[in-house]
Amino acid sequence: MSLTAKGSRTLKEGAIGMVLFACAAVSTLVTLGVVFVLLRETVSFFSEVSIVEFLTGTRWEPAFQDKRFGVLPLLSGSVMVATGAGVIALPVGLMTAIFLSEYAAPRVRRTLKPLLEILAGVPTVVYGYFALTFITPLLRVFMPETEIFNAAAASIVVGVMIIPTVSSLSEDALRAVPDALREGAYGLGATKLEVSTRVVVPSALSGIIASFILAISRAIGETMAVTIAAGNLPNLTANPLKSIQTMTAYIVQMSLGDTPQGTIVYKTLFAVAMTLFLITLGMNILSQWVLSRFREEYQ
Amino acid sequence: MATTYDIDLGGRDPALEAVDLSVYYGEKHAVQNVALTVPPNQVVALIGPSGCGKSTLLRCFNRMNDLIRTARIEGHVDFHGQDLYAPGIDPVEVRRRIGMVFQKPNPFPKSIYDNVAFGPRVNGMKDDLDALVESSLRSAALWEEVADRLNDSAYALSGGQQQRLCIARTLAVRPEILLMDEPASALDPIATQKIEELIYELKQQYTIVIVTHNMQQAARISDYTAFLYMGQLIEYGPTETIFTNPREERTEAYVTGRFG
Amino acid sequence: MSETRPLGSGESLFYRRRRLKGTIFQWLCGMATLVGVFALGILLIDVLVDGLGRMSWSFLTSFASRFPERAGVKAALAGSAWILGLTAAISFPISVAAAIYLEEYAPRSWVTRIIQTNIANLAGVPSVVYGILGLALFVRTLGLGRSVISGALTLSLLIMPVIIMAAQEAIRAVPRTIREAAYGLGATRWQVVSHQVLPMALPGVLTGTILALSRAVGETAPLIMVGAVGFLAFTPKGLGDQFTVLPLQIYNWIQRPQDDFRELAAAGIIVLLALLLTMNAIAIILRNRAQVRR
Repeated sequence: MSLTAKGSRTLKEGAIGMVLFACAAVSTLVTLGVVFVLLRETVSFFSEVSIVEFLTGTRWEPAFQDKRFGVLPLLSGSVMVATGAGVIALPVGLMTAIFLSEYAAPRVRRTLKPLLEILAGVPTVVYGYFALTFITPLLRVFMPETEIFNAAAASIVVGVMIIPTVSSLSEDALRAVPDALREGAYGLGATKLEVSTRVVVPSALSGIIASFILAISRAIGETMAVTIAAGNLPNLTANPLKSIQTMTAYIVQMSLGDTPQGTIVYKTLFAVAMTLFLITLGMNILSQWVLSRFREEYQ
Repeated sequence: MATTYDIDLGGRDPALEAVDLSVYYGEKHAVQNVALTVPPNQVVALIGPSGCGKSTLLRCFNRMNDLIRTARIEGHVDFHGQDLYAPGIDPVEVRRRIGMVFQKPNPFPKSIYDNVAFGPRVNGMKDDLDALVESSLRSAALWEEVADRLNDSAYALSGGQQQRLCIARTLAVRPEILLMDEPASALDPIATQKIEELIYELKQQYTIVIVTHNMQQAARISDYTAFLYMGQLIEYGPTETIFTNPREERTEAYVTGRFG
Repeated sequence: MSETRPLGSGESLFYRRRRLKGTIFQWLCGMATLVGVFALGILLIDVLVDGLGRMSWSFLTSFASRFPERAGVKAALAGSAWILGLTAAISFPISVAAAIYLEEYAPRSWVTRIIQTNIANLAGVPSVVYGILGLALFVRTLGLGRSVISGALTLSLLIMPVIIMAAQEAIRAVPRTIREAAYGLGATRWQVVSHQVLPMALPGVLTGTILALSRAVGETAPLIMVGAVGFLAFTPKGLGDQFTVLPLQIYNWIQRPQDDFRELAAAGIIVLLALLLTMNAIAIILRNRAQVRR
């Protein structure tokens, strides 16, 4: 009996391999597609508007008679919401991760983890509704000058939304720290607090920081919750009680309207989307770099 | 009942005394009614086949078994007349005074200096940290090799050096007793020899209880040997007697290599 | 070094303070964990209180209307169902195929690493960017117009990276020994994959897919951009039809200032959450079944 492969089988295997490769390659095509689509219109946009004005201008009024194309109000809106969200989610998420990884009994963990996953699964429109109908009125009770649409309410709900991102990834990082390290610290007469904060957390730091970066990136890319809660008024302000517009909200607003193709207003959509894309892409790459560069090797 | 010989305490109190000590993991009776007296400034070896309970017994001496949810202790361990397991005794304080070196070197992902300094720092020892680090590393016979690179990562050291670092780390909190759980089993013969020489020197200042599955090692470095089998203490006495003239048949079978 | 100081004396104040710090810290972490749970609870109660009054069979079977009493989610539910089915049909095979390629076929080369990194990056791209891509590619260039198929294709692109990563993990979890045994018996690579690896990885793959699909069901912005409309009085009958989806209907109602529409929005949210809960419950059951079988 010959040991050489049957021709038909080799052909079939080869064909299957190519089909599978093609499917994997789709992902590359998607990225290329995104870049191409954004780039084409963005380049066209910057042929009419100076990039300096775009990046440094403080007024965003593309549809007015007297057009202004400074993206800073939109950028600051996104940054303000993301920062506020981070202030909530990063500490709460990390402490949740520490609790679940180091302190919680298995039964407690088994009950709490699914609940947090549910938190992550709630659609953003629901968070937007919650912000508008519950959080904002609550804020107005304590601070009557809060506007109906404001950045604070959006920050709060986006913060809650990304808690699971931080806690889940940080917890994975904490649990990856081998028990041998904990034992070594306990053996030296350290308390649980000291073991957790001075040995385990520093050992898992790269994973924790990567989770922070990813969470903030998600907050920047968040759309419906901020569109509903934060408003549609581009506003370069540091006051979270005022109405603002984020980059994502502007994109949605533009799509709801009816803007003719080819106009400069139409192109702003792509310029803003490009900005958004570059920022989130940059952050995601940064988080992956942090993970790979500083990954602790446990012997 | 175990066969126990008279232990010569040299007129001093025992360093540790296990009294009717039992450990349960859930339903499993892992250590059964062990009575053991550890004399000060001596090396006591715990030997026996795999699963006989020697590591479990060792971990009783610094309450490391507390960290295992299903573990339960009966009986007591006396340290300077106090029961380590009495209510109100803080295991954290116990562990500072009874230190432990583990089987596989487990240095923290920090610098050599910070590894040794960790214990003193968390225990609030306000001494001159530099001097303490140096003296601990000297006591662990590692100073010469790392004096010029204290800020390097501990993981840059070889396996044997890492284990000596772990010993230095334990010494830095100034314990009275050193518990060692097969400290050389993950090391090559040359590193093992260095550890054994170190143990011989440390004996002058510390009491050492060492678990080992290497009988020749026990014979080389220990003063007293306890043979455990299936959770029970079978025989405990001077090392020379245990290895050359044991009274129990099972002891003789184990030390002559007929099983285990 | 013989300290005859008994345990629990002298230094005990120091230890007590350390203990206290530890207890405070533990409580803080526990509270932090409850923040998320608490927020979820308040959110659900708020929605239920607002919307339960509007829940009725006619709510589920009526179309949207200018008159709140007569408004319902029929068109939105149908649209969501269409979108869900189409997106699943498109994204599942391609994603699983890509995952199989990356785990079982791909050589350890820089090309593979680029594809892998790229997928991880795509998972983090904001949904509106996918919306723009969908608008430019499916609606305009391919001429599919503002239709259900455009929406489904766009969402498929959105969730594909998520499914791929989950499927890869599930495939990776299949023990190497199984593969070695199969190869050792003279099976081809595709035979090993289709007969051994994939069946074992399937529960994990399905769980990941369902979770990704439940994310797709909740998406609004990309669909707005490919032309889902807010006010629709019919259900889709074909791939080329216009459509609306549940989250979009909810958004639409939120935009109206009258309280009646707010309540409708809350009711719509209840329906949406119920749908998602069902999907997630199925995913969890699958995941548990997979773990039991090991």
